[in-house]
Amino acid sequence: MEDSLAVALAKSGDGDAYRTLVERYSRSVFRLAYRMTGNEQDAEDVVQETFLRAFRHLHRWDARSSFGTWIYRIAANGSLDLLRSRKRRSAVAPSTSDTDLRDPLLLIPSDDPGPHRLLYSSEVQRQVAATLDTCSEMERTAFVLRHFEGQSIQEIGASLGVSANSTKQSIFRAVHKLRRALEPLVNQA
Amino acid sequence: MNPHPTEEQLVLYYYGDIQEAPAMAAHLEDCAACRDGYHALQRVLNSVDSLSVPERAPDYESHVWRRLVPLLKPSKPWYRPWSGWKPLMIAVSLAVLLVAAFLAGRTLKPPVKETIADAAQLRERVLLVALGAHLERTKMMLVELANAQPVGGQVDISFEQESAAKLLEANRLYRQTALNAGNYQVTALLEELERVMLELAHSPASVPERQLEDLCSRMEERSLLFKVKVFSSQFENRAAALSSTRL
Repeated sequence: MEDSLAVALAKSGDGDAYRTLVERYSRSVFRLAYRMTGNEQDAEDVVQETFLRAFRHLHRWDARSSFGTWIYRIAANGSLDLLRSRKRRSAVAPSTSDTDLRDPLLLIPSDDPGPHRLLYSSEVQRQVAATLDTCSEMERTAFVLRHFEGQSIQEIGASLGVSANSTKQSIFRAVHKLRRALEPLVNQA
Repeated sequence: MNPHPTEEQLVLYYYGDIQEAPAMAAHLEDCAACRDGYHALQRVLNSVDSLSVPERAPDYESHVWRRLVPLLKPSKPWYRPWSGWKPLMIAVSLAVLLVAAFLAGRTLKPPVKETIADAAQLRERVLLVALGAHLERTKMMLVELANAQPVGGQVDISFEQESAAKLLEANRLYRQTALNAGNYQVTALLEELERVMLELAHSPASVPERQLEDLCSRMEERSLLFKVKVFSSQFENRAAALSSTRL
């Protein structure tokens, strides 16, 4: 079922049609929300609020635009709102804790490149997450939407209610911070 | 383009946002220093892709839907045949009556301790569940308000306004009940919410972006949304605890 048909049916009272949309987009909305908030529970909250809000505003969806773009915009704004209203929690270290990274046993050189590569990859991920946490809400949002979601500068500016130039500046600042934090690491690799 | 591109131009080039892309490519071909700089940028931005997202369970989509359905029920006719404020008011009235009956029972009924304790727990649980649901609806209204999108400097808040007007009467009843029960923390929270609901209910359907920002920042200063979430969660836990006690 196409999105536009599902929305039309949902508007007319077809619960299964809205379920189709929720199930189609929930995973990607979670990914976006996680990258923006850096926190699993926050991202789950954003997913729920995104679909609830979309449901209540289905009448505002313009059929000329993509439902996916619309739902991501709601999710991005929900994440931004959450970032603004809550103190950001500490950055997520996806698979290796700080303690693991300091474990001397893990730093012993090995003939097997696997563990070293794994350690390096974990460190990069940790640095990326930590650096994104140092970005302002606007910098983080603009960067995530451009880098991970592939949205255009204009689309991001429209979502965030700022000019294209402000959007660019936010992205530049985020990239600058990432370069400063990651360059020594990736150049060393 | 200047002889040597700036970092910003390289970033735009990386994302395909630059109009003079062929000229940039030609320059990078010729200039080793700029090419090295661009490759360093590429390495950093490519490494960002390694940021992993926690895996979701295979049935995640169904899980999201199951969590969503109870929240969709109160506001849409295809899940509920009777509209808007009526059931809400009935629920509120019942909760108020139960509390009133509880208070009256404390003075009029013979002192059969266990029976009274059971009845009191049941009534408290009903009130907690009803109040929790009210706060949940209020939370959604506030979240929607904070996310309302401006169009040409104006924000259409008609939907949120309608929600606020519906919630207002219920809120007043709950506030009065909380006050009578001597719960001043809840009373204070409901008073704060009432002020926001009143302001919304009396605003035009479309307000200047600045006005909405002002309201949102005042709510944020008082951590209103956070308080609603905390109380809502506390009520839910307390109701669950009472429920398990009874079982």
